[in-house]
Amino acid sequence: MASGTAHTKKNKQKRTRLGGLNPGQLAVLCVPALVIFLGFVILPVIMAAYYGLFRWKGYGTPSVNGQFIGLQNFQVILTDPQFQRAVGHTFFVLIMSLLLQGPLAILFALLLNQKFKGRGLIRTLIFVPYVLSEVIVGTGWSLMLQMHGAVNQVLQQMGLGAIDWIASPKYAKWTLMFIITWKYIGFAVVLMIAGMQSIPEELYEAAKVDGAGFWRQQWSITLPLLMPTIKLWAFLSMIGSLQLFDLVYIVWGQYVSDTAGVSTMATYMTREGRLANNYGYGSAVAVVMFIISLIVAFTYQKLVMHNNLKGALTGDSGSHAPKKKHRAAKNTASKNGTTESAATSAVTA
Amino acid sequence: MSHTQTKKVSTRELKRQGYRVSQKTPWGHPIVYILSLLLVLVCITPVVYIILGGFRTNSQITRDPAGMPNPWNPANYITVLSGNVFWSELVNSLIVAAATTFFVVMLALMVSFAIARFRFRGRGVLYGLFAAGMMFPVTVAITPLFIEMRNIGLQNSLLGIVICEIAFGLPQAVVILVPFLETIPQSIQEAAEIDGCSPLGFFWRMIVPLSWPGVATVGILQFIGSWNNYMLPLYLLNDSSRYTLPLGVQMFSSQHSVDTAQVLAFTSLSMLPALIFFTIFQKRIVGGLTGAVKG
Repeated sequence: MASGTAHTKKNKQKRTRLGGLNPGQLAVLCVPALVIFLGFVILPVIMAAYYGLFRWKGYGTPSVNGQFIGLQNFQVILTDPQFQRAVGHTFFVLIMSLLLQGPLAILFALLLNQKFKGRGLIRTLIFVPYVLSEVIVGTGWSLMLQMHGAVNQVLQQMGLGAIDWIASPKYAKWTLMFIITWKYIGFAVVLMIAGMQSIPEELYEAAKVDGAGFWRQQWSITLPLLMPTIKLWAFLSMIGSLQLFDLVYIVWGQYVSDTAGVSTMATYMTREGRLANNYGYGSAVAVVMFIISLIVAFTYQKLVMHNNLKGALTGDSGSHAPKKKHRAAKNTASKNGTTESAATSAVTA
Repeated sequence: MSHTQTKKVSTRELKRQGYRVSQKTPWGHPIVYILSLLLVLVCITPVVYIILGGFRTNSQITRDPAGMPNPWNPANYITVLSGNVFWSELVNSLIVAAATTFFVVMLALMVSFAIARFRFRGRGVLYGLFAAGMMFPVTVAITPLFIEMRNIGLQNSLLGIVICEIAFGLPQAVVILVPFLETIPQSIQEAAEIDGCSPLGFFWRMIVPLSWPGVATVGILQFIGSWNNYMLPLYLLNDSSRYTLPLGVQMFSSQHSVDTAQVLAFTSLSMLPALIFFTIFQKRIVGGLTGAVKG
C-alpha cells in the first residue's frame, strides 16, 4: 500500500536509530490486536465470499448441509428488481447527503465560526443529535411524523395539510433525507469548523484591505482552503451512506421500506439473509455491497483525492497553512498516509 | 460588578504597557444569534419533545400531539424505572460499552506504539491492514460473523458482542493513535533508553500517560459508538435478557406501540446516559474535533 511506503520513508528521516524491540516484545504488542482483527473482521469478510457460493440455511456447514450453486446467488441478486431499487435508494441517499449536508454544513460552520458569546454552547447543542443512537432518533421521529403526530398537527395549525411522511413513496425518501441531515449535520459542521480554524487569519485581513466583502472572502479564501476538509467529509459521508441500515430499519421496518422507496442494500441483506434464513444468499449480498463500496471508494480516491494527495506529497499543497506547529506535524503525518489517516487527523486535530 | 471594573482597568493598564491582552469574546450580531437560535431549536426540539412526551398521558398526546404536559404526569417514568427491563438493559449496555472501550484503547495503544515508534519488517503492511479495515464496516461482515459466533458458542452472549465490537473498533483507534504517538518527541524515547528503560517499560511509564488526550478521544468515540450500536446486538442476541438499550428501545416500542407516552418515557430514559456522558465530555468531544477548546 502506498501509505506504508510513505510512512516508512518519513520515519527513516525522523529516526536515525531503530528502537530495540525484540520479536517477543513485538509479539506482545501486536499479536492480541492482530488476532482479534483478523479473526473477527477479515475472516468473516472472506467467509462471506465463500458462503455466498452456497444455497444454505445456516445449519451445520455449507459444504455438508448446503448446496454449492456457484455464482447463482450473485446472478439472482443483480437481477432482483428489489435489490436494484435498494441500490438506487442507497445512491439517492449518497448523492443527496452530499448535496444537502455539504452546503448546509459549510454555511452553519461559517455562522458558528464567528466570534460571539455563547458559540461554544451552540456548537455543543447542535452536536447532540449525533450522539444519540439511531434507534432513539428513529423511534422519536417516527412517533412525531405519524399521520396524527406532532409535526402534522403543527402543520395543520399553520393552515397546511397533513402529510403521510413515512408510508407515502412520494415523501418517504425526503423524510429519510431530513432525518439523516438532522442526525449527522452536527458532525459535518464540527469538521468544517476544524478546517476553517486552520485557515490563517491574515488572509482575511489582507482581503479586507483589498476591499473584499464578507461573502467574497468566503468564496475566494474559505472555500478553496476548506477543500481538503470537504473532500474528507464527503468520503466519510459516502461510506456511511453505503452502509445505511439502522435508521431505515427502525422507522420503516423490513417490509414498508421497499414500498415506501427507502430500502437500502443493508436492509435488503437483512431481510433476504438473516430474516429469511438464507445465509448463503445474505453473504452474497454482503459481498456485492462490499464490491460496490470498494468501487465507489477507489473511484473517489482516483478522481477527487488524487490532486490533494499528490500536492501533499510534493509539499506544495498550497493550502492549509496551519497556525500551530503541532498541527503542522500532524498534517504532514496524515497527508503522507492514506486518506483514512488524513480523515482521523482532521478529526483529532 | 466591582470585580469586572478592576479587571477592565488592569486590562487597559496592561495594554498601555505594551502587553498583548486577550480580548473578551464580543457579543455577536443579532442576525448571528437569530440564525444560531433557529439552528439549535431544530436540533434540540425533537429531543425535548421526547423527554416532555414522557410526562404526558396517552389521551393528552392523542388530543394534542404537539402540546405540553398538562398536568405533568410522572407515572410513565415511574413505571419504566420500577420495572426490571430498563435496568437490566442499562447494565448490559454499560458492561458492553465499558469493556469494549477499555480493550479497544489498550490493544490499539499497544499496536500503535509499535507502529509509530519502531521500525520492523511488515510495519507498513500492519498499518495498511488496520487503515484498510476502515473500509470493512460491520454491515459487510455481519452475516458470516453471526455464523462464526454461533460456531464458537458466543452467540447470545455479551462477551461475543464485546469481542466483535473490539475487532471493528480497532481500525479507527489505530488510525487515530498512530499519528498521535508519532508526535511524541523522539528525545523522550532516547532518554528513556539511555536510562535503561526497556521498550515495554517505556510504553507503561511514558506512552500511556503521555498519550492521554489521544486515548480520551478514541475512548469517547468508541464508548458512544458501542453504546449506540444496533446491528451487532440485533444479529447476535436473541435472548431478551441480554438485550442492550438500543435493542430494548426497539422491542419496547413494538410491544407498547399503543402506549406512546410509555414509549417516549422509555426512549428518553435510555438516551439519558448518552446525554450525561456527552455533557461531561462535550468539551473533549466537540473541542477534540474542532482542535481547540474554546468557550
